[in-house]
Amino acid sequence: MWMTDLPPFVLFFIGALFAALTRGRIRGFIMLAIPLFSAANLWMMPEGVHLQFAFMDYQLEPYKIDKLSLMFAYVFHIAAVISITYSLHVKDTVQQVAGMMYAGSALGAVFAGDLLTLFVFWELLALTSVFLIWARKTRRAYVVGLRYLIIQIFSGVLLLVGVLFYATEKGTLDFQYIGLDGVYGWLIFFAIGIKCAFPLLHNWLTDAYPEATPTGTVFLSAFTTKVAVYALARGYPGTELLVYIGAAMTCFPIFWAVVENDLRRVLAYSLINQVGFMVCGIGIGTALAINGAVAHAFNDVIFKGLLFMSMGAVLHMTGRINGSDLGGLYKTMPKTTVLCIIGAASISAFPLFSGFVSKSMVMAAALENGHDWVWLMLLFASAGVFHHAGIKIPYFAFFAHDSGLRASDPPTNMLIAMFIAAGLCIGIGVYPAALYSLLPYDTGYNPYDATHVLAQTQLLFFSALAFVWLNLRGMYPPELKSTHLDFDWTYRRFIPLVLRRLLAAIWKVDGVIRRSFLAKLDSGLNYLAQRHEGPSSLLSRDHPAGSMVLWVAVLLAIYLLMSFIR
Amino acid sequence: MDNKPKHIFDDPKNVKRVMHFLYASCALLFALDFVIHRHVYHSWENLWGFHAIYGFAGCVVLVIVATWMRTFLMRSEDYYDDEWNTDLDEKNTSDTGAANVDD
Repeated sequence: MWMTDLPPFVLFFIGALFAALTRGRIRGFIMLAIPLFSAANLWMMPEGVHLQFAFMDYQLEPYKIDKLSLMFAYVFHIAAVISITYSLHVKDTVQQVAGMMYAGSALGAVFAGDLLTLFVFWELLALTSVFLIWARKTRRAYVVGLRYLIIQIFSGVLLLVGVLFYATEKGTLDFQYIGLDGVYGWLIFFAIGIKCAFPLLHNWLTDAYPEATPTGTVFLSAFTTKVAVYALARGYPGTELLVYIGAAMTCFPIFWAVVENDLRRVLAYSLINQVGFMVCGIGIGTALAINGAVAHAFNDVIFKGLLFMSMGAVLHMTGRINGSDLGGLYKTMPKTTVLCIIGAASISAFPLFSGFVSKSMVMAAALENGHDWVWLMLLFASAGVFHHAGIKIPYFAFFAHDSGLRASDPPTNMLIAMFIAAGLCIGIGVYPAALYSLLPYDTGYNPYDATHVLAQTQLLFFSALAFVWLNLRGMYPPELKSTHLDFDWTYRRFIPLVLRRLLAAIWKVDGVIRRSFLAKLDSGLNYLAQRHEGPSSLLSRDHPAGSMVLWVAVLLAIYLLMSFIR
Repeated sequence: MDNKPKHIFDDPKNVKRVMHFLYASCALLFALDFVIHRHVYHSWENLWGFHAIYGFAGCVVLVIVATWMRTFLMRSEDYYDDEWNTDLDEKNTSDTGAANVDD
């Protein structure tokens, strides 16, 4: 087979160029051929550094392959194929080019052997993906996109500063274990934390992803956060702080997900919840935990993609995405319904679906390492994720009350993309050995023992029972047209309000000072004017007739004198 | 008979069937706990039906807390809407401008 040494990101960027220049079927063919060729090529590539050069005093390695990066690269290729298939019907060239560049940037980031290359792709991820949000072409999407871009670029700036500190301290740019030592460790940690949606840094995600186009969100959900997870797995494995950050990430978003109305925003919250499991696994840092984190990232890209695709299909066909507007769609969108339920079963980690074989590794590792409370939090989050993503998403979109909407299943290309994703979800769930063989470590883990299957099934069925019971009791919160405040309220409302008040106060004080100064100046001038007013004073125009007569007399006298002189 | 096509859950009986299936599964799963010998990784798991009870209670707590959160976190749908009206439209200079402009 024809091979190339070109790094995958170069192939994708060439693909983006072709996507910009071609139209119609040819474009679709090229855009699909690129990731397929790149994936086949990558399959043949041995591990090691395939591209390096010196830059100033440092060695740059833009194309370095090892087991960890390969794992992410494979799933990014799968995500690219799925997302491109899903968006084949889109005629907007900007979206096609942006999607291609975005996928390429993600691949560039995971193969970056040095931190400077990582930084370049880190920023490219932000710059390319924002067009998928702006492509929605609403005023809201424009503002949201700006906010997204500012936060992502800020993350990049933090990373760059951290990298500069790192380079001066270590004398190398090699992307290896970093750890929380020194300033550089924390700076890079926060930079990754922003992209990873750590608690309180997470709102760019729930803000931006639901505002992108139906196809754009599928791209977005796959790459940015997973690149961040990859960077954490390489730079910060075994950092204990991550265990608690991860546990918090699994738990807090589910409360918002339960009450949120926009179903794609529900999925955005549940994305944070899933990333929490990965972060937690990286924090635990044992072979089993890292395997679990990486495997879960792999599966999450596919099942979260599937869920975003099914909701994208609903949005594409009905023009609505709020739970309060939807319902009863199973009648006319049966295929989408089934595909969505497969995604929901996977994210909920039902036995025989993909989530089950990866999430359990993280939880088993949490127990093995004595993180009992963390394990309880993860268990609670597992029940919660079934509740909001597993039941709520399909229930409110496709069942619940009949909204009267009669949309048909989406275009064939969208269905095919969802079929591929659903097939992978079930395939990995039924035959996890294939996935396990790609993992960085060999742990001999088997998810299908009676204890684990029974425990997980009990957890899920009784969560479903709770949903039914709460609904029958009328205690389940109805879907309401509403906004729920989250931490972004601080920078969208509170800080602007404080600044506005502060500036208003400053302006007021400034006004008082100016006015009193003007008043002083005024009264000074008045005083001067008063002193010099009155007939024949300095500032007066009025002069008495007597003085005129006197001056006329003086002038005449001068004439007289001058006539004598001649 | 109306000519609308009938769908599976239009018939309340089918909804009932799903419910009964769920109840039966739950009962069966709970009972299995007494039959199947499990490895216990954690002392809490010694409790009969630990996962079942935890799953049920967890979800009820989740929903109750989330509903309670609505009392202070819920705003109208257009709460943030002025972001893309006032700040960007040149014609519309409401609170940011007018209130603070010094005469």
